[in-house]
Amino acid sequence: MTDTTAQTGGAVATPARKGSLLEVDSLTRKRNAAEARFKMYGLSAVIVGLLFLVALLATILSNGTSAFTQTFITIPVPLERAEIEAAEKSIVKTSKYRAIIGTAFANVLSSAGIETDMSAKDLDKMMSSGAAASVRDFVLANPGSIGTTHTFDLLASSRVDGYLKGRVTREDLINDKNLDAAHLDIVDRLNAAGIVQKRFNWQFIFGADASDSRPEQAGIGVSMIGSFFMMLVVLVLSLPIGVAASIYLEEFAPKNRFTDLIEVNISNLAAVPSIVFGILGLAAFIQFAHLPQSAPLVGGLVLTLMTLPTIIISTRASLKSVPPSIRNAALGVGASKMQSVFHHVLPLAMPGILTGTIIGLAQALGETAPLLLIGMVGFIASNVPDGVAAGFLDPNSAMPAQIYEWAKRADPAFYERAWGGIIILLLFLMTMNIIAIILRRRFERRW
Amino acid sequence: MNEMPVVDAEAGTLLPKISAKKVQVFYGETHAIKDVDLNIADRTVTAFIGPSGCGKSTFLRCLNRMNDTIDICRVEGDIRIDGEDIYDPKVDPVQLRAKVGMVFQKPNPFPKSIYDNIAYGPRIHGLSRSKADLDEIVANSLQKAGLYEEVKDRLDEPGTGLSGGQQQRLCIARAIAVSPEVILMDEPCSALDPIATAKIEELIDELRENYTIVIVTHSMQQAARVSQRTAFFHLGNLVEEGETKEIFTNPTDRRTQDYITGRFG
Amino acid sequence: MPNHTVTSFDDELKSVAGRVSEMGGLSEVMLTDAISSLIRMDKDLARRVIAQDKRVDALQFEVEEQAILIIARRQPVAQDLRDVIAAMRISNDLERVGDLAKNIAKRVIAIEGSFDSKKFALGVEHMSELAQEQLKAVLDAYANRDTDSAANVRERDDEVDALYTSIFRELLTYMMEDPRQISICAHLLFCAKNIERIGDHATNIAENVIYMSTGVQPADERHKLDETGVETGTAR
Repeated sequence: MTDTTAQTGGAVATPARKGSLLEVDSLTRKRNAAEARFKMYGLSAVIVGLLFLVALLATILSNGTSAFTQTFITIPVPLERAEIEAAEKSIVKTSKYRAIIGTAFANVLSSAGIETDMSAKDLDKMMSSGAAASVRDFVLANPGSIGTTHTFDLLASSRVDGYLKGRVTREDLINDKNLDAAHLDIVDRLNAAGIVQKRFNWQFIFGADASDSRPEQAGIGVSMIGSFFMMLVVLVLSLPIGVAASIYLEEFAPKNRFTDLIEVNISNLAAVPSIVFGILGLAAFIQFAHLPQSAPLVGGLVLTLMTLPTIIISTRASLKSVPPSIRNAALGVGASKMQSVFHHVLPLAMPGILTGTIIGLAQALGETAPLLLIGMVGFIASNVPDGVAAGFLDPNSAMPAQIYEWAKRADPAFYERAWGGIIILLLFLMTMNIIAIILRRRFERRW
Repeated sequence: MNEMPVVDAEAGTLLPKISAKKVQVFYGETHAIKDVDLNIADRTVTAFIGPSGCGKSTFLRCLNRMNDTIDICRVEGDIRIDGEDIYDPKVDPVQLRAKVGMVFQKPNPFPKSIYDNIAYGPRIHGLSRSKADLDEIVANSLQKAGLYEEVKDRLDEPGTGLSGGQQQRLCIARAIAVSPEVILMDEPCSALDPIATAKIEELIDELRENYTIVIVTHSMQQAARVSQRTAFFHLGNLVEEGETKEIFTNPTDRRTQDYITGRFG
Repeated sequence: MPNHTVTSFDDELKSVAGRVSEMGGLSEVMLTDAISSLIRMDKDLARRVIAQDKRVDALQFEVEEQAILIIARRQPVAQDLRDVIAAMRISNDLERVGDLAKNIAKRVIAIEGSFDSKKFALGVEHMSELAQEQLKAVLDAYANRDTDSAANVRERDDEVDALYTSIFRELLTYMMEDPRQISICAHLLFCAKNIERIGDHATNIAENVIYMSTGVQPADERHKLDETGVETGTAR
């Protein structure tokens, strides 16, 4: 209450009259200059950051968009019963199909007026080694088509694809045992005739990985499913556990050394390198609990461990940001502690919690290192898992692990797919962030 | 519960609604309230005044055990409402708070509709059997808080959309809705403009008929206007308690005099 | 008493009290001068007294104005409130004292011819000395917040009243002895009455001093000793 200045108020000297306001004095000028300089630094920092971002996006897009198109060769294949039955009887079934396709391809060439002295086997090199399998799959799925002539869009080999995309040049082929310049001449003419064409590559988005020799067949779809099941595990486990833990710590736990310790450890956990979680998962879930290796369930568990601190920290922050007046109001009308938390505090903290959770999930989605240790980098050429249990327990990969896998391989055709995979991953992350922003906007309230 | 005023058989006088004896409050090592003896009469407005940090709010919060929510806070002594020790281990603070309502410094309506703000208390205490019951409680509470006419057409609009004064009256209505016997007000007008303040003061005066009201205020003029009795706290001590008209014209204690005339220091 | 946190409040309270004291001094002087002019039949002095009353009236107006401002701006309570209220009331009383002194001075001017002032005015002079003493004592009590001497003043009002009663009887006797003296005696009687009224105002001031410093309004247990009305059967 004592206000000494008021009592000595009379002693304060009256300020001397200042100079004109129309003249800026040197001190003010200096200050203004410093401020202008600081603004410039800040702006240039932002611009540098933006430039990096633009460079990054440009690189990704320029390298990756080509993965979304693929070269196809359109060939009408006569599916004669006798030949197919013969093929099905042989040991290596696809090689017979290959012969059928080879003949059909030669017919296409001659009908297009393209003269070549290449053998059928040489011509076959222009096609993906998976072409025969896809014809066979079609025949097995549609037995009624036997005896008719069906027009297939068969995958061209990755070299042909690379040539059309400008990745492969004639000079590159001097040392290539599969393809030579003569092939490219044919490709040029086929392309002009509309028989060889680049189309949108659905198989890249929905398909499975393929072996080293068939990059043109590789897709990210199956690992996307792996990622999906992992995220499901992460969401189902980390959201309730994280939120429950935060509510307890924030609202109910007594403040003592023990809870302080827990708090510090949670903050520390958030900073632990993800590979550490990987080795923890390997030891705990696979070696100790004997869960299947490479399974999305295990991946999800590991990522849950990693995401929990993030969710707990963001949840506690949003619980803390709920004004105490709301808690008081609830207690004041006779609500119990739990009622006040669940009826009032939690709903108000929800947007923050959801944002934190989605950001945690996005982090987990992009995480590679821990997956390496629990074997989720296996080569998974099989197709979509058949059923939910299989989805959790069958070996699978995850998007970032798949990208890592492709980037490792020698064939530059895989390199392109790695970039393409990154585009898809970024699209997912962006979607999740946008959802987070929308949730925040929708639920945000002002007090 | 106690509709009839309790009468002390021996003295034949009205027993106080709330009686506090030798109350001590500690915040950790700090001795925040020292040996406070105070009786609060039924159906009167008692004002607590005193400089910041004098313990008036702390003492107020002892009366409905809001201090329980602070870990380091420890309350000793004896506080009785209608003769019942509210710090008895058998007493559930949640039940106590339904009997002793509270209105806070900053209007703090829930970010819900006006209707839900008031209906919340009766709902969690199971005071209504049907929707019609609840509607009636809400309308009644709003009427008692003098807010009904202003908001009757927009009960489903958010309570946070009201003006500051309306929000505070909403908070009072919310407190009334659980039919308390005592209403504690912790500087209810400090965030309001003079007109809104006047409305709240008028309301307090009306509520006095049915409720025991204890109000903490920093405005001495407000204490003088609304209360019948005034208690002056200083440094955790209850310095003086008496009729408001006495305190403001001729206080007994020097410290009270210095405080209310603005001479503190 | 410690200072207010807001020092200008102290200044304002001091300023009001200062004006009241100034009024007190002026009205004291006016009373003294009015009595001197009566005894010496000094009409010039009487005129000066009349002129002085304007200043007292102006001061009273200022005190009231300031007190209203303080109430409006500071909302004084407790001691401060009593100070302000007492200042207003006391200034009111002092203004009346000034009026009464002026009235005596006016009578000095009005009285035609000469008279044996010594003989007639002796009692009035004696009474006025007592009244002056009372006024002085009560103004000192106000300045020093001295409740004891204020209480003393209050008790001694009876003496002034008693003196007035005896002067009344004395002047009545003179008037019966010599009807030519009736006019002058009537004037003197009014002067005595004025002095008696001044004594009452001093008592009022004393009560306000007590109220100011204790917060207790003294109960009116004082019995009036003005028996003149009863004695003569004429309404006062």
